[in-house]
Amino acid sequence: MSERQAAAAVPLEPPKPSSRRMWAYRLEIDPSRTGSPWWMTIVSVLLALLLCGIFIAANGMNPIAVYDKMIRGAFGSSFGIAETLVKAIPLLLCGLGVSIAYRISVWNIGAEGQFMVGAIAATAVTIYFPNLPIYATIPLMIVFSLAAGGVWGLLTAIPRTYFQVNELVTSLMLNYVGLLALDYVVFGPWKDPKGFNFPGTPMFNEAQSLPVLGDTRLHMGLLFALAAVAIYALLVKYTKWGYELRLIGANPEAARNAGIPIKRHILLVMLISGALAGLAGMSEVSGVSHRLMYGISPGYGYTAIIVAWLAKLHPVGLAVSAVLFGGLIVGGYSVQTIGLPSSISNMIQGAILFFLIAGGMLSKFRLRRNG
Amino acid sequence: MTTNAINAIEMRQIVKQFGSVVANDRVDFSAGAGEIHALLGENGAGKSTMMCMLSGVYRPTSGDILLRGERVRIRSPKDAAKLGVGMVFQNFRLVQTLTAAENIVLGEKSSFWRGPKWMKNKQEEIASIAGRFGLAFPVDRPVWQLSVGEQQRVEIVKTLYRGAQFIILDEPTSVLTPGEAEQLFATLAIMKAEGKTVIMTTHKLKEVMAAADRISVMRKGRMIHTVDKAHTNERELARLMVGKDIAAHRELPDRSPGKALLAVSQLDVYADHGRKALDGLELHIREGEIVGVAGVAGNGQKELAEVLTGLRAWKRGSIVFDGRPFKRASVRGAIEAGISHVPENRMKSGLAGSLGLVDNLLFKSYRSKERAKLGFLRIGRNRTWSQSLVEEFDVKTAGLDTPVQQLSGGNQQKLLFAREIHHRPKLMVAVHPTQGLDVGATEGVHRLLAQLRSEDRSVLLISEDLDEVMQLSDRILVLYGGRIVGEMPRGEADRERIGMYMAGLHGEEEERAV
Repeated sequence: MSERQAAAAVPLEPPKPSSRRMWAYRLEIDPSRTGSPWWMTIVSVLLALLLCGIFIAANGMNPIAVYDKMIRGAFGSSFGIAETLVKAIPLLLCGLGVSIAYRISVWNIGAEGQFMVGAIAATAVTIYFPNLPIYATIPLMIVFSLAAGGVWGLLTAIPRTYFQVNELVTSLMLNYVGLLALDYVVFGPWKDPKGFNFPGTPMFNEAQSLPVLGDTRLHMGLLFALAAVAIYALLVKYTKWGYELRLIGANPEAARNAGIPIKRHILLVMLISGALAGLAGMSEVSGVSHRLMYGISPGYGYTAIIVAWLAKLHPVGLAVSAVLFGGLIVGGYSVQTIGLPSSISNMIQGAILFFLIAGGMLSKFRLRRNG
Repeated sequence: MTTNAINAIEMRQIVKQFGSVVANDRVDFSAGAGEIHALLGENGAGKSTMMCMLSGVYRPTSGDILLRGERVRIRSPKDAAKLGVGMVFQNFRLVQTLTAAENIVLGEKSSFWRGPKWMKNKQEEIASIAGRFGLAFPVDRPVWQLSVGEQQRVEIVKTLYRGAQFIILDEPTSVLTPGEAEQLFATLAIMKAEGKTVIMTTHKLKEVMAAADRISVMRKGRMIHTVDKAHTNERELARLMVGKDIAAHRELPDRSPGKALLAVSQLDVYADHGRKALDGLELHIREGEIVGVAGVAGNGQKELAEVLTGLRAWKRGSIVFDGRPFKRASVRGAIEAGISHVPENRMKSGLAGSLGLVDNLLFKSYRSKERAKLGFLRIGRNRTWSQSLVEEFDVKTAGLDTPVQQLSGGNQQKLLFAREIHHRPKLMVAVHPTQGLDVGATEGVHRLLAQLRSEDRSVLLISEDLDEVMQLSDRILVLYGGRIVGEMPRGEADRERIGMYMAGLHGEEEERAV
């Protein structure tokens, strides 16, 4: 037995009880806790509704009635459900994109910009190759939008990997570049000459539009989104690549010790992340608006961040929360008829994110009794 | 012992436990006013822990602290500052973007309004304190623009500005050039002349002899001896520091080492900040041999482990492993060549705390055909395999999906060894493999290392625990300044010689021997 071992084996007096404190309970950080329990998500949503309910009541409305109206508007009719799903498509694709990046702690908040350039690239196909048949146009639009979004993602990833530039800053700034690029083309070179000065391109023809379901606006983009979620679920759970992402996300230094090239993964992940948001842009112009126009996105790229957090980056959760937020947008429109502004849905979105983050923070603490 | 009736600082029977690990075991320590007291010991001897209790960072598990003869309770660094205790940590506590003067007045509660005039006065006050103690630095420059030596001066002035009577310096010279160290000692002499108590922790014998009045030596959490400088010499201190008792040798069966496995020659490696960490290193390991590397931290151990496991590139020289030269630094290359790695800090770089046992066991083998096929992990098979490893290595866990951060340190290390051993590595690079483990877990790790040896596999054991190195190694090497300065076979190793090598005194020892 070595000397140290002998020292450790000596029985020691128990630690003296600590002195009296002011409070009977104290908050203590529990380092073994990472992330929040599953029910925190539901609690966050309920608290957000409660908080916004206070504001609604302050406006002289009955919050229960307002929420009821919103839910009916979003899910109460086949039209409402179709509209909700239409909104859920870009949210799901963008949310998926940012989720992949968040898995390895790359904080891509540039889905909005990636969405814009994807929409521009898809529209470029309609402008420069106007007379292709549908089986050539749609795939070409998809490829262009994926490439453009991916490049936009790489513009964030390359400075981050090689020059330690914070990706939050670059991805946020690139959103404005993407937005202004879109404004430039719709106000400038691509403006529809027969559009009475409306800031938008000419309407797409049949071959340039995604097929829709019946007489609703629900389009084939839904299939893209669902396929992407399924592939994402498969990749992260069952493949070596998903395992590598899991490792990088959990402990980058350990991942380096396991021989995983982290830089290459960041580049690839941002390429995919951007490409998915780009695809969302394509499906929006080709499936919903049928033209590129000013204000094409009501902030899908930003809402997608909340969608991803609410889902805890989980594939099924992403689908559910995308539909929920789609419903929130549609429900927001429906309450306009009773005199509330539709920005009520933005308020609820913001409140949900606030409570989610606060909940994640607080679940690291434990309440302990002093003594 | 001191002749003063009342010691300025007295620590009695101090015990500090971290979980099951005892960092300080009934330590007595005292220092007088107008004294420079050196606290000497190897890394992990418990010096810094003692000083952290004096400065309120930790609280003792039991024992008393007396300042100027009065029993005090030091609950926080704030309490310590009120009592006149100031500590300069090895890693500075400075705000990089604030100026030196702003850092020094930080935390001062008086004067709400801090206009340019106030700041100017403060800067003058600070400059005059600095001047008095010979600590020149630009007061109005942001800290990030200052050299490391200047930053240390800012830290020292910070304690003086707050009126500290007891000044603790934790490894103060580890960041300084020899010239800067000389200047620091001159400053300490001025403090001493003003009647302050200066305590510095160090493991450098030469500096102790140059600067200190009295010297206390700690080893393995215990106080070994306190002597006046006049009554001792470097040789005695080295002996006290490493201890003279021979550690009980582990019964390792005698065996003739096999053929050459690793040959490193003329290796130059640079550390993160451009410092030369390994300087023309020569290292040879044979099959079935445990080679222990002793040495004080910061002499190239970290870089040696990193370069062998493919984590760090080298500038010059060659590494030949199992007959094949390393072409470039590649972790995958090292894994595939059969080098496994038990890193220094298991939770920081060895395991992913939030993931379960299966994911942590897959680290090195998930690329293999048994674990994955066509890019898909073989989930079911991997679980059974993990279960069998958990049983074989006796990892105590609630289940395979339990986040590994919830396991005890010993079980985490078992899991790590399970992963690193099961694919039968040719060489294991183990860095401080028993750090923070209790007696039982330490014993388990030692058994695993000995077992590797009996299977004709080699181990490079890098450890600051001299007992461990002496118990397990067939050969002991001492790393100092990026070179192997001493080498001795198992039978001939003695603590005194190793201690001299570790302290960088090998040259003088040979001169004396002549």
